[in-house]
Amino acid sequence: MAVNRDSNGYTFGFAIALVVVVGVLLAGIAMWTKPFQEKNEEVKKKMDILKAILVKDDYSKITRKNAGDEFENYVNLEEAIVLDMNGVVKDTAAFDIDIKKQFRDKNLEEKDKDYPMFIANIDGKKAYVIPVVGKGLWGPVWGNICLDEDMRSIKGATFDHKTETPGLGAEIKQDFFIKGWIDEKISDENGDFAKFEVVKDKSGSTKESKVDGITGGTITSKGVEEMVNRCLLPYIAYFKSLKN
Amino acid sequence: MFVTIYRLFQIIEKLRVMSEDVKKTKEPSEPLFSKKNKKLVTDPLTDNNPITIQVLGICSALAITVQVEQGVVMSAAVLFVLIFGNVIISLLRNLIPSRIRIIVQLVVVASLVIIVDQLLAAFLPDVSEKLSVFVGLIITNCIIMGRFEAFAMANKPWPSFMDALGNSFGYAWILILVSIIRELFGSGSLYGFPIFGSALPGEEWGIYTMGYMNNNMMILPPMALIIVGIIIWIQRSRNKALIEEH
Repeated sequence: MAVNRDSNGYTFGFAIALVVVVGVLLAGIAMWTKPFQEKNEEVKKKMDILKAILVKDDYSKITRKNAGDEFENYVNLEEAIVLDMNGVVKDTAAFDIDIKKQFRDKNLEEKDKDYPMFIANIDGKKAYVIPVVGKGLWGPVWGNICLDEDMRSIKGATFDHKTETPGLGAEIKQDFFIKGWIDEKISDENGDFAKFEVVKDKSGSTKESKVDGITGGTITSKGVEEMVNRCLLPYIAYFKSLKN
Repeated sequence: MFVTIYRLFQIIEKLRVMSEDVKKTKEPSEPLFSKKNKKLVTDPLTDNNPITIQVLGICSALAITVQVEQGVVMSAAVLFVLIFGNVIISLLRNLIPSRIRIIVQLVVVASLVIIVDQLLAAFLPDVSEKLSVFVGLIITNCIIMGRFEAFAMANKPWPSFMDALGNSFGYAWILILVSIIRELFGSGSLYGFPIFGSALPGEEWGIYTMGYMNNNMMILPPMALIIVGIIIWIQRSRNKALIEEH
């Protein structure tokens, strides 16, 4: 049977059939893979926290398979706390909070946002892991900042991104960038916030509260700076209240 | 105004007749690796290279050639999508209404990429993390749409497969060559391994201790354009037939 492929009917018919087939296929695959993807994301979240608290040699032993068990060895989720924007403790489960989702949600008011903190024990010493989220050049950036027992010095950090430019902004997840943050202090002796600045003149390794940015990745570097400065504030207030 | 609309219709009609003609020409059956089919693979590597001759896919060639690893990942991704897309479009070529063919091609490539992305995120999460940003770049890669429109719409699946193979390798070798140059002189390493030593402040070793510095210009996108330009120059000076006469 000859069909006129240029008739309006055929064109519409083809378009509708294509949309239905593709729609069903994509929806089916999305539904089928969702539980696997959610599991992967949970494991990834644990791995990121472990990466922030462990030194490189210890972290290299962590795989997707053993991340769950290792996470329990170091982090006791019952100790984890959730703060509000003023640093007052809330009664919420810390691990289930999706700060990326809260950051994206334009309707969520600032006072309703949650600020979780995980407390880890490494060789009898406490470490505090603060998740942070912000925006880079093309999409979200996020990470974890791990503080030492003194609640001031940064012991470890991780940064990650969704769609930053490979080789430029995407380099925030590399060791050389993270190294710049380690041993910086988030507050001065009185517990007041010490604002971070990402610099271009390579002075980051010598000056306090300054971190070297990435060549060609200025907007992403500045995004990380804004993210850390904004997300740390409630915790500073919390640490200060502990001190007094 | 009516005249303009009438002219427009005339042009559309002409295009339609032309596309019908292209589809009507039947090829005689030929061996799988005939000279013509082999040419489909070898041509895009040199004299009909998608980047240096057709100047397609330039956007991704500029954006992600800072490091060799990304060049390789992107090439593999394009290889996969182009082969499957070309074959699917070629199988559907007699069913696709010509008026909405571009949209159909776009739907095919976008859904292919999304399916792959979803499956990777579920079963190979580490690979998926590496690919994250490339997903969008593949969908908008002009080489893919270009091959669908110029080749797969008018040819049988097997030649389309060969054409996809040739074009993605033609794309890959330029991408990898540019990224080798940019990573070596921009970061002093290849595939992440330090070649010239380390330039980290306080931990310099290798030739950096003698005062060598990485060329930051190499890291920025304009340098990719200059390198691609130099490759085009070399190619055209070797093969004068490629130089257009105006």
